[in-house]
Amino acid sequence: MTLEGLLVVAAALFGVGVYGALSQQTFVMIMMGLELMINGAILAAVALWAMSAGGTPKGQLLAVVAMTVMAVEAAVGFALIVGVYRVRKADMTEKLKRLRG
Amino acid sequence: MSRSLLVDLAFYILSAGAVVSAWLVFRTDSMVRAAYWLLVSFVAVGGVLVLLSAEFLGLVLVLMMAGEMTIMAVFMVMFMMNPAGLNPMTMVHQHRAAVGAGLVAFAGLAGVGLVADFPDRAAPSDAPATAELGTELLGDSMLVFETAGVTLLATMIGAIAIASRRGRYGDADAGSLPPELEAPAPKARA
Repeated sequence: MTLEGLLVVAAALFGVGVYGALSQQTFVMIMMGLELMINGAILAAVALWAMSAGGTPKGQLLAVVAMTVMAVEAAVGFALIVGVYRVRKADMTEKLKRLRG
Repeated sequence: MSRSLLVDLAFYILSAGAVVSAWLVFRTDSMVRAAYWLLVSFVAVGGVLVLLSAEFLGLVLVLMMAGEMTIMAVFMVMFMMNPAGLNPMTMVHQHRAAVGAGLVAFAGLAGVGLVADFPDRAAPSDAPATAELGTELLGDSMLVFETAGVTLLATMIGAIAIASRRGRYGDADAGSLPPELEAPAPKARA
């Protein structure tokens, strides 16, 4: 288990997340892509904390912040899905041609 | 078998599992299964975090994601067509560009990870990392912790405000629907 190996795994998770967020049409699948990206970011942050920063406890705070971002993204994303579905009956990006109201 | 060999083996298995299940999220036909593949990926990453002696963060990640993926599966069943994956489906757009962007992101980040010269100060494996993190969260870095908490509170209020059907000033979708051509019939007084 080396730092390089961990960072490559984190980069792979991020890359798969980028692919999913750009290619999927369903809102929930796009959110899955975003979460995979944050997953990779958390892994990279903790890897750098454990292998390179000497394990000062401040290093883990970045991962805590990333987890907060993930929770915020999930909550706001689900709320927006509910709101868009209620107004437009849409569950896919292709059904939203207009952004207005 | 020595301990470091076991750790290496666990790392390879967990990281391969994390990446493969992340890929399967976008390959499976069933959206509910996609949610659970994503959970598998998060559990594997949580395992890697435990191997890195960040036990607290790993377990928090697994707990958070177990709840969130359950909610996500419920959302799939509620909102999406074909949640059970009875029919094969590929719902993608700009597929080639997305694959390219994913590969470029992977190559760029992995290149940085392989080429960059990071300081080589591994954490001592016998340090009480969880206790130190707890002291830090409630000590010097309390502002970070509190900011995260207040952000989550604001998010909860905002999410409820976005998702609620009826607000204080009428229906949530009032103004976003096209106006009726004829005036609605007057309501009978109760």
